[in-house]
Amino acid sequence: MAKVTMVEAITLAMAYELEHDPAVVVLGEDVGVNGGVFRATAGLQQRFGKERVMDTPLAEALIAGMSIGMAAQGMKPVAEIQFSGFIYPTVDQMINHAGRLRTRTRGRLHVPMVLRAPSGGGIHAPEHHSESNEALFAHMPGIRTLMPSSPARAYGLLLAAIRDPDPVVFLEPTRLYRLNKQEVEDNGEALPLDTCFVLREGEDVTLVSWGAMLHETLQVAAKLAEEGVGCEVIDLASVSPIDFETILESVKKTGRLAIIHEAPKNCGVGAEIAATVAEKALYSLKAPIERVTGYDIPMPLFKLEHDYMPSVERVIQGIRKVLEA
Amino acid sequence: MKTVASFKIQYSQYLDAEGKLTQNKLPRFAENRDELLKMYRMMSFVRVFDTKAVALQRTGQLGTYASCLGHEATHVGIGAAMQPEDAFFPMYREYGAQFWRGVKPHEVLLFWGGDERGSNFSGPQHDFAWAVPIATQCHHAAGAAMAFKLRKEKRAAVSVIGDGGTSQGDFYESLNAAGAWRLPAVFVVSNNMWAISVPLSAQTACETLAQKAIAAGIEGVQVDGNDIIAVRDIMEYSLDKARSGKGPTLVEALTYRISDHTTADDASRYRNKEEVEEAKRREPLIRIRKYLTDIGAWDQKKEDKLLAECAEQVDTEVKLYKDAGKPPLESMFDHMFANLPEGLIAQREAAAEEGRQHG
Repeated sequence: MAKVTMVEAITLAMAYELEHDPAVVVLGEDVGVNGGVFRATAGLQQRFGKERVMDTPLAEALIAGMSIGMAAQGMKPVAEIQFSGFIYPTVDQMINHAGRLRTRTRGRLHVPMVLRAPSGGGIHAPEHHSESNEALFAHMPGIRTLMPSSPARAYGLLLAAIRDPDPVVFLEPTRLYRLNKQEVEDNGEALPLDTCFVLREGEDVTLVSWGAMLHETLQVAAKLAEEGVGCEVIDLASVSPIDFETILESVKKTGRLAIIHEAPKNCGVGAEIAATVAEKALYSLKAPIERVTGYDIPMPLFKLEHDYMPSVERVIQGIRKVLEA
Repeated sequence: MKTVASFKIQYSQYLDAEGKLTQNKLPRFAENRDELLKMYRMMSFVRVFDTKAVALQRTGQLGTYASCLGHEATHVGIGAAMQPEDAFFPMYREYGAQFWRGVKPHEVLLFWGGDERGSNFSGPQHDFAWAVPIATQCHHAAGAAMAFKLRKEKRAAVSVIGDGGTSQGDFYESLNAAGAWRLPAVFVVSNNMWAISVPLSAQTACETLAQKAIAAGIEGVQVDGNDIIAVRDIMEYSLDKARSGKGPTLVEALTYRISDHTTADDASRYRNKEEVEEAKRREPLIRIRKYLTDIGAWDQKKEDKLLAECAEQVDTEVKLYKDAGKPPLESMFDHMFANLPEGLIAQREAAAEEGRQHG
């Protein structure tokens, strides 16, 4: 079993599906000979040819819209959007068509496509390269939105996304692309969709996070463990739909909940989690729910990006509020 | 300075507004009276259907409806030129092409009657449903064309947008990509001179919309969209070209929206009567009927019989539409995903319960 980075795990998953399913094609800007600006498609065109791994003209709405057209005719396109801030031209296609086609044709047509995009900040990138926009896609009916938090999760979830007969937005935290390596067996085994993963069990407080923020969240959990505080850490993984069963079960056990995400707070995915926990488990709560999030401002340029993103200190501060209430 | 590239746009017409041939040599299909009669019958049927649909809306029996009055030659010509295995990506005014391909008139009524079952139609299962967001379907056609090309299938994708649609980025993007990849696609612009209340002159400075193909590096042609012979001929040419790997074509079909934009619109607010009256003189049914009469293939008796048949057929379809009733409440959820997530299962049950109690 090889140790790989998250970006390598993503490449492995695409290669596996290209190898095993002739309907799978990879498309996007610079995904061909260049292997993608983050190298997620490195070597794929050389291995599978220009018809399976296609450089597209520079037009994101086209990438999404063509993927819908291809998918509805029996292909399984895996499309890459180059940077997170470039994803917005796809919104029309995703919300008006990808998410609607199955339901508006009563199942006659469906859209087995994956829209992959880098997500989040922390890598000193230029403007419009560091946004966290998962809430935007989570609000779109008919689309699944996933965010992996480790190489193994990226591999298994991307396989599941490609094989799923419906559209999936797959947001890859750039900060985790090369942060660390993990043993990932390239065995083609997908992870389940619509489910979250308990990364660490604990009795005192439930911490729900996803994507890159799990890096800080796990550090905090380890730190608090030294003080004798047991944190249950849940990797949301499926931003939409949310696996509330696992979250509610945990909150009923701990009675305390903190949600940590990098995206802005206002109408963020944390709000949905907090609201549902309030609806379904209010009487299990011993303290008000705390959200530790990015601010409701445009993602700052990189000199201030770390002041925008919730730090270990801010996360600890948030959890202490929950613990001490 | 010197000229480094130059371009021209060709215009095609066989039948003028008076029903006189403007070219000596007809396309092969047009030498066959039965082929012409088949298209004329469909154009007449669409006219009767369209009139009925507007009447249904006016009497509260249909939701907002987009009339195709005056466009019949364009979409029947498209439908007649396409093969069943080609894929069609319409906007919402191409009923003639859809009927030709097997979509049932009551399915069109279901769609405008607020019922998704209309888009699960009887036509080719790979054809897209109506695209309401303007020009978004150009990308779907490009994607389908890419799928056909990759699988080495001799099929083509055909999209239709209006003149207003040519101002959209989606239109330019898909044309450009189709050119870069030589995709088997035909992009039709049904230029009816009005995008709701905005006339073509306010939409663009271009003399033709066909010339928008030039920037994409593909062929652009203009055709008299009220001339069924010219439309079918140019579509057959473009489709043959696409299927034989010679790349995409942009077809601008010149027609006129004699009706309001939809039944929710009142075009008398923004355009004058004279213009519409002049357009009625040039509309597509008169000229082909005249031509068929001149060559001895048609007469008043046949016309009366045809209209009676169309009316009867439309009545049957209207009955099917009216008898369809309301779709089951749960069907709102049933086709969201192949595998319905837990949260939606719960919402489905709650909605069904609510429906049982208060529906």
